[in-house]
Amino acid sequence: MATTGTGQEEFTLDTASELAAEEGGARIEGRSPWLLAWRRLRRNYVALFFLGVFILIVLACSLAGLYVSHVSHLGENDTNPSGTVLINGKPVHVISQGSTTIVNGQPKIIFGGVPIGPQWGAAGGKYILGADVLGRDVATRVLYGGANSLFVGGVAAIICTVLSVFLALLAGYFGGAADWIISRVFDLIWAFPVVLLGIALGTALSVNGFHHFGINLSGSSLWIPTAVIAFVFIPYIGRPLRGQILALRQREFVEAATAQGAGSLRIMFSELLPNIASSVLVLFTLIIASTILTEAGLSFLGAGVQPPNPSWGTMIADGEHQLANAPWISFWAGLMLALTVLSINVFGDGLRDALDPRAKVRIEH
Amino acid sequence: MVAFIIRRILGMILVLTAVSFIVYLIFIVIPGGDPADRIAGKVATPANIASIKHKLGLDHNFIIQWFDMVKSLLSGTLVSYYDGTNVVQQIKEGIPVTFSLCVGAGIIWLGFGVLVGTISAVYAGRFTDRTITALALIGISLPVAWLGLILLYLFAEQGLGGGFGTLFPPGGYVPLTQDPIQWAYHLILPWFTLAVLFIGFYGRVLRSNILDTINEDFVRTAKAKGLSSRQILVKHTLRASLIPIVTLFGLDFAAVLGGGAIITETVYQIHGVGWYAAQAIGTQDLPPLMGVTLYGATFIVVFSTLVDVAYAYLDPRIRLT
Repeated sequence: MATTGTGQEEFTLDTASELAAEEGGARIEGRSPWLLAWRRLRRNYVALFFLGVFILIVLACSLAGLYVSHVSHLGENDTNPSGTVLINGKPVHVISQGSTTIVNGQPKIIFGGVPIGPQWGAAGGKYILGADVLGRDVATRVLYGGANSLFVGGVAAIICTVLSVFLALLAGYFGGAADWIISRVFDLIWAFPVVLLGIALGTALSVNGFHHFGINLSGSSLWIPTAVIAFVFIPYIGRPLRGQILALRQREFVEAATAQGAGSLRIMFSELLPNIASSVLVLFTLIIASTILTEAGLSFLGAGVQPPNPSWGTMIADGEHQLANAPWISFWAGLMLALTVLSINVFGDGLRDALDPRAKVRIEH
Repeated sequence: MVAFIIRRILGMILVLTAVSFIVYLIFIVIPGGDPADRIAGKVATPANIASIKHKLGLDHNFIIQWFDMVKSLLSGTLVSYYDGTNVVQQIKEGIPVTFSLCVGAGIIWLGFGVLVGTISAVYAGRFTDRTITALALIGISLPVAWLGLILLYLFAEQGLGGGFGTLFPPGGYVPLTQDPIQWAYHLILPWFTLAVLFIGFYGRVLRSNILDTINEDFVRTAKAKGLSSRQILVKHTLRASLIPIVTLFGLDFAAVLGGGAIITETVYQIHGVGWYAAQAIGTQDLPPLMGVTLYGATFIVVFSTLVDVAYAYLDPRIRLT
């Protein structure tokens, strides 16, 4: 293309950046897909707002200890079935004692067994969101329960994603017998209804705990629901990823890597893995919303986090039979749960749009 | 077609055999400690335990135990460890109740899901679409147990000042054959509780399917042919976009029938299959859970085969292999 001897400036590959340098001094940089995604995400204020909400909830729950020592002075399992609390300087029973009083000549019955409701600031930081039937502080338990729910849901999602990615890489890269076996394992787990399989495993494990392969877990360990939930969701991530890897496996860059003498491990982890990273990230946000909801469902039914440990699910169950008299026992835990899952879902949507507007990854519930 | 169906049925039998083995592993191997110890109580003599073991067939090797478990489930002789009631009988009694809940909820979620998804896609990007998208996101984020309790509190419990009084009964179930009006009246809240999640989910899926289909060649052809936008939407776009929804519906419906409605049934005291399983959790009574898990898995396996066949029928591009 370059012509010589005409006095015309020779066109070289540097020209574009030289021109740019002359114009505004800005260099033209290569932009990675991650940077482009971040630029799209940065403009999605709704998604960022809900990411903020989620971070706030996580922070609040992880600071539950500070709330107890500075505000409520009541631990997560401190019961108070017969005591009193000072409300605006007057002692009031935490759990109402049944009695009949005469008000204006009419007998007025006060039912026994009803815990006090939300006090906001009236009781000096105690029972801000009310008490439950054992006189425990609902606000404290919402925070500690949140910590447990987020731990179980979050760790389960991480374990599930790591295992699924590993299995999908093995199946997709090696194909053949490895693929057949792993796909059949996915099919088998898939054949069970998620909640039922979770309940089945959760209940069976909580009978005596888990004492195999040198791992000892008691029946009330948080690791039991965590492991159970991680296990039941494996095919929901593993299947779509396996499909993607099978397709990537045929591409030229894998052949090129093989030609360069790359081993199986290097191709799997430094060639294939980066190519599915954005799908993994999106699937992770979808799965963490599902694991947190599943934890709540299992705990609500008694097959997840074991009482007296609080979790948002067990708290919803605690208030189930006090609905008419003390709706706050279930309400706050459920509200926090819904808000957490909503913020993950909204942020996850934004992340998916930012990473790949055309992507079609989703999880069936 | 016939060869495909036969192959799928053989595959189904294989999967169900494997499923029953997993159920055996979960309920007989994992608990480790033997159920005989728990049944015999705290002051049991070794002879006592041995006789219970023998009665339950726990003194055999694992292949025979697995075989016994499957046999007792198929022949309907599996009994609860806790109260000795017949598990298969209890599941059979729960099935019409669970069906009533799921069929109603299924109709609601399919109907509303399609409606909401279509409206959202037609008004894509506008206020209506944004509102529906936001509501759908909230719908898929609500915990079922909490939603059920909130609806009960607002519409069924006589709360302390809160709520709208008692518009609906606080749960329970009236058989359809006994009183159809009471049947529906008792099930309205549970139907919606179960359906909300799926309405949100289907609405979102359908919206994106329609938006994808609009750019397909056959839609352009229809437009070029001079069809009205309503005709294009109903006869071309919607019809093609609904195929994945059919698949989803088949699988979700199977999961819900197979015990996935357990939380809704528990909250509303609807004595279906899920409720039966939930009762067994508290007493750590494994046989009912075993029965219900196997029952649920059977539903999913059978339905996913049906869905594959339906899919091939609906979409001529799919080849049966």
